[in-house]
Amino acid sequence: MTPTPAPGGPVHASSATELSLWYGKFRALDKVSFAINAGEIVSLIGPSGCGKSTLIRCMNRMNDSPTTRTEGRLTVANYDVQSPNTDVLALRRDVGMVFQRPNPLPLSIRENVLFGLKLHARSTPRADQERLMTEAFETVGMWDDVKDKLNDDAESLSLDLRQKLCIARLLPLKPKVLLMDEPCSALDPDGIAAVEELMAELRGHYTQIVVTHNMQQARRVSDRCMFMLMGELVEFTDTDDLFLAPQDERTARYIEGRYG
Amino acid sequence: MNGTDVRTAEQATAASPSPTTVAFADLASRRRTESLAGLVLLGAAALAAIPALAIVGLLIVRGAPALSLEFLFGMPLHGMTAGGIFPAIVGTLWLVGVSLAFAVPVGVLAGIYLSEYAGEGRVARIVDLAIVNLAAVPSIVHALFGLGAFVLFMRLGTSILAGGLTLGVMTLPVIITSTKAALQSVPHSFRLASWNLGVSRWQTIRHIVLPNALPGILTGIILQVSRAAGETAPILFTGAAFYLPILPDDVRMQSMALSMHVYALVTQIPDVPLEMKYGSALVLVGTVVLLNSFATVLRYYLRRNRKW
Ligand SMILES: Nc1ncnc2c1ncn2[C@@H]1O[C@H](COP(=O)(O)OP(=O)(O)OP(=O)(O)O)[C@@H](O)[C@H]1O
Ligand SMILES: [Mg+2]
Repeated sequence: MTPTPAPGGPVHASSATELSLWYGKFRALDKVSFAINAGEIVSLIGPSGCGKSTLIRCMNRMNDSPTTRTEGRLTVANYDVQSPNTDVLALRRDVGMVFQRPNPLPLSIRENVLFGLKLHARSTPRADQERLMTEAFETVGMWDDVKDKLNDDAESLSLDLRQKLCIARLLPLKPKVLLMDEPCSALDPDGIAAVEELMAELRGHYTQIVVTHNMQQARRVSDRCMFMLMGELVEFTDTDDLFLAPQDERTARYIEGRYG
Repeated sequence: MNGTDVRTAEQATAASPSPTTVAFADLASRRRTESLAGLVLLGAAALAAIPALAIVGLLIVRGAPALSLEFLFGMPLHGMTAGGIFPAIVGTLWLVGVSLAFAVPVGVLAGIYLSEYAGEGRVARIVDLAIVNLAAVPSIVHALFGLGAFVLFMRLGTSILAGGLTLGVMTLPVIITSTKAALQSVPHSFRLASWNLGVSRWQTIRHIVLPNALPGILTGIILQVSRAAGETAPILFTGAAFYLPILPDDVRMQSMALSMHVYALVTQIPDVPLEMKYGSALVLVGTVVLLNSFATVLRYYLRRNRKW
């Protein structure tokens, strides 16, 4: 299931074939296979500890450690992720991650968005930097909120603007895939609505994989939905189908709220 | 989700209040305990402050009359029973300078390695243990090590270089541990944010972790500077001269040093006016206090700029 950009067919932003992962002796992913299309929003649901974060951390090699071991094949944005020859830094540039708690860097608002660019493309002319920064803030819809205080500390922003900033800082690197690990769970209802709106805006331009504990949110934002249970990918289909007509007994039980 | 709402019969009984009465402490007795605790703590704090204030007070009262430009910037005269202490001040600066030139780069890099690269493996634990034990070695043992390693084995002779290196070895463990602690106090989420942008480990350290750890690192270093300036034992047979009324201009020379000078005036030479002894000690303590206050102020200012 390598991403062969066959004319007419879907371009896979990411695919996995029998991907397994062990933390020491504990198997956290069990022969997971899937194909995610470029530009779509995929939500990832499942009870706590089922391996959602593990799976998306795999996709930009943030799980690397002497005690983790993987098997199978994982392709993301044309990178053969597990291969020892993969340029991990380039992979992470193309596949960025947004966390549960907004974690702006201890820099100014401007420098947060320019940080990646300045380290990856030192020679970018100042005018281009400014343009990319403005674009990033406009894309996430916070330019009006920050344009007069670009030199303030990022910490001074409200929680949902901080989370948007964490999305914005990925954009100047021209990523292909955005991984989001419960991006809304630290936000209040207005913040959640704002970030969900942003995901919808970014749809088509970036492939988004969103872990969420909120099934309503999964239904609102995603095109397709994955349900995981104990390291296994139980079901992966159109979001509406998954919630209205789950094929697997375990999916049905989960969405009825019978465990988790 | 709805599973949590189903209560079993036992849970329901456990949740209902039991008939046992509970005797809560009354207001008066709580107030008594509070004020007693306050008094005891205040007493302990005062007890800790008294010796420090007494020492400084005594030094100022007895030593201040000796202070003059001639005392600070003059050469010792008549077998150190008169004149100034300038060569000792300059010698201490040299010794501390050499120790820093060695201990800061080595210590900070080792601290970075231990905090950011070594992980939790067995090697890291052994190195950690070694450093903790090294920090507990008495300074006279460092002196013997310095004598053996630098003066004799490396043939540096009794010199500022050998003395400074000995002081450097003595301060190294604390510089390493304080650097490591300062780095580890920087939130891990900053590193995660940076790594996830494809920024390398070293660049993350250089641009995010180090700048935020700087106040802690500098504080650790400056406190070690004052320790190096104050210790006598490590330089006793490695670099300090008893009486050498010239200003050193080369690390291969010996030199006088403040701590050594106080030791000499107090124990080795008869007929030194009392105020000269106290005056020299006052300059030594003053230097150390000044350096420590500088560390405190610096940390305060750097902390204020910190973004978290
Ligand atoms: N670094 C690690 N070392 C060892 N075990 C780990 C590690 N990270 C996660 N695990 C274990 O792997 C399993 C899956 O964890 P993961 O964080 O992927 O779950 P999750 O689905 O994201 O859960 P949650 O909804 O609580 O975030 C859990 O049992 C967890 O304890
Ligand atoms: Mg998780």
